[in-house]
Amino acid sequence: MENGFSSPRSESFPAGLRVLVVDDDPTWLKILEKMLKKCAYEVTTCGLAREALNLLRERKDGYDIVISDVNMPDMDGFKLLEHVGLEMDLPVIMMSVDGETSRVMKGVQHGACDYLLKPIRMKELRNIWQHVFRKKIHEIRDIDHHESFEGIRLSINGSEFSDDCIMFSGEDLTSFKKRKDFQNKYDERDYGDHSSTKKHRVVWSVDLHQKFVKAVNQIGFDKVGPKKILDLMNVPWLTRENVASHLQKYRLYLIRLQKENDLKASFGGIKHSDVPSKDTSGGFGLQSSIHTNQNDVANDRDQFSGSNFYGQDLDAKNNEGDQEEIVSEPRPDSKKPLTADVPDPQDTRSSQMSFDHSSASLGSDVNYTEFDCSIPKQYPWSECPEVQSKQEHKLLLQLEGGFSQQPPGVPQHYIEIDQLQSGRDTSSPIKNEPVLVEYKSHHESHISPKETAIDNFSVQSKSLIAYHQSFEPSSTAIKSMKPQAVDLSCITDLESCQRNLISPSDLTFPPFNEDLTVCWLQGDFLNKNFGLPNMEFADYSDPGFIADIPVHLYDTLTSDYECPYDPTEYPIVDQGLFIL
Amino acid sequence: MELGQMQGRLAEYTRSLYMEGILDAQFLQLQQLQDESNPDFVVEVVSLFFEDSEKLLNDIARALDQQSVDFKRVDAHVHQLKGSSASVGAQRVKDACVAFRNCCEEQNVEGCLRCLQQVKQEHYLVKNKLETLFRLEQQIVAAGGSVPMAEMTF
Repeated sequence: MENGFSSPRSESFPAGLRVLVVDDDPTWLKILEKMLKKCAYEVTTCGLAREALNLLRERKDGYDIVISDVNMPDMDGFKLLEHVGLEMDLPVIMMSVDGETSRVMKGVQHGACDYLLKPIRMKELRNIWQHVFRKKIHEIRDIDHHESFEGIRLSINGSEFSDDCIMFSGEDLTSFKKRKDFQNKYDERDYGDHSSTKKHRVVWSVDLHQKFVKAVNQIGFDKVGPKKILDLMNVPWLTRENVASHLQKYRLYLIRLQKENDLKASFGGIKHSDVPSKDTSGGFGLQSSIHTNQNDVANDRDQFSGSNFYGQDLDAKNNEGDQEEIVSEPRPDSKKPLTADVPDPQDTRSSQMSFDHSSASLGSDVNYTEFDCSIPKQYPWSECPEVQSKQEHKLLLQLEGGFSQQPPGVPQHYIEIDQLQSGRDTSSPIKNEPVLVEYKSHHESHISPKETAIDNFSVQSKSLIAYHQSFEPSSTAIKSMKPQAVDLSCITDLESCQRNLISPSDLTFPPFNEDLTVCWLQGDFLNKNFGLPNMEFADYSDPGFIADIPVHLYDTLTSDYECPYDPTEYPIVDQGLFIL
Repeated sequence: MELGQMQGRLAEYTRSLYMEGILDAQFLQLQQLQDESNPDFVVEVVSLFFEDSEKLLNDIARALDQQSVDFKRVDAHVHQLKGSSASVGAQRVKDACVAFRNCCEEQNVEGCLRCLQQVKQEHYLVKNKLETLFRLEQQIVAAGGSVPMAEMTF
């Protein structure tokens, strides 16, 4: 087995590559071992996934690459793949006798660098070293963000591979010397041989990873950055580059996890098993925001915002600034109850301001002030209570049902408000519509008196307006707990509302800004996320949050909102989303 | 029988196995993997295979014998067997497994039992054939000759 650092490198690469083969079939294990030995690789075989993980953990940096079968009795090959990728950051090749596209796709999604079909040919195994090499190059590049890369490049490009780990020869790369982990590697290993200036890959042990996750959570997913994490982690030998590449992987991992969570009706935030706070999850792209604990309404911010512009938007304070950011920074204290997030209704948040600005002309019939007080602080978006109230108006109106006016030409997707009102459980029939509005009864009470004032707004009769291309601004009573949906919807709604407000009598609802790409709503997210049931609208009564979003939306919409997802992919997004 | 004749017979026999689809290119691969450091490689691998596959066949039989058949479990076993047979080049066994998996999908116990029979038959067949093959090889080696490196001449 592996002889330690120096051995594999003493021969000409790729000879001596240290391969770990994992397969529950003893016949295959034997054959692969033989084949790999013929390639002059150093082979370790393993019949169980768990055993493989143990081996990998025991000998950190003891292997260069892992080849694993997909179907194994004790652990799914994909899970193993993820673990290895996260913890050890080794390239993993999957194998199977089953070559169905979906399987291969899954492999790639989980991070496999290759997927081989059995029976495997020698020539396929001969070239597996390329994955190891590729990774090294990327790692070096990571490190060399700040450092001169030239030396490395030259050596890599020019030299023959017969040299010792070209890229690893420390003398050539001053950057290596700067790598603190280098020293640490030595410490971790009981190697007496310190002559090797090989770059030691950081092995992300469970402990280290935990520290990492904790740091990420502390900082807040959307605010996260390698430097900050590094500082928080307080691991002396770790470098910023290590953290950066690990962060990247972590993000991908979370994305994958998220996709797997079809169960989560709501947008599903990223399930971070390690991430306790929703905040961080928000950081991870849109998904995270969505997948964050649905249970925790308070975390809505994260949820919504997550990567979505939403997150930021929701935060009245941030929204202006965060417009562009896809990865929103959920407030670190996402755990705050919604109310926390939602500024006191009386507060005038910036978002409100923006809203105000935008709707300055609105001066609508809507009596916003009235709502202020009534708006419970539950809105996760908790932004601009005022705005919210305004939105509320609309939403309320809509929810109230009986809103007859429909803006002309505005296709409306209604979401049964009934559902909303009855429970927060909107079975979100609308797949791509983020309908999350749960309207609490208290809203209704507020609404009624105001109804007249809002007459002008087209209201959807008791339906949550699902976002969809066009939305009726009024209908966006969004209590949508679904952060994702809400986000978009809110925004779109907001916009539409705003627009409407401006010309109440003219109920034309311009299509929601295309900018508002509810990218994240799209596809998986949408499907998954719309499970309103998942959303826990604990504090539903606070319409405030809804308002927040719209405001933000407004802002973002007007600014160039950057949707992480290709807008074209999300047809729904075009028009904005109503968050009901 | 003299050495030359034995070698001729072996070659002929091996060829027939490929022609009849009992073995496929994978077996040839295995033979090519064999070298001085591992002179009995093929025999070892094949033995491993039969050991493992017999267990699998028993598991499958047992699973099908249950009151309420767990088709997922049966399918998992068959899938495993499919992978194993592919490893040694037992083509017909592998094909029988593919058919078997279809029966599992249909959740038809009768069909599955029939499929199992088919798989067992093929399994038995390839086992016998390979045993004969190895015997021939042994005779050659015992007679002082060497087993020619397999070639695909067809």
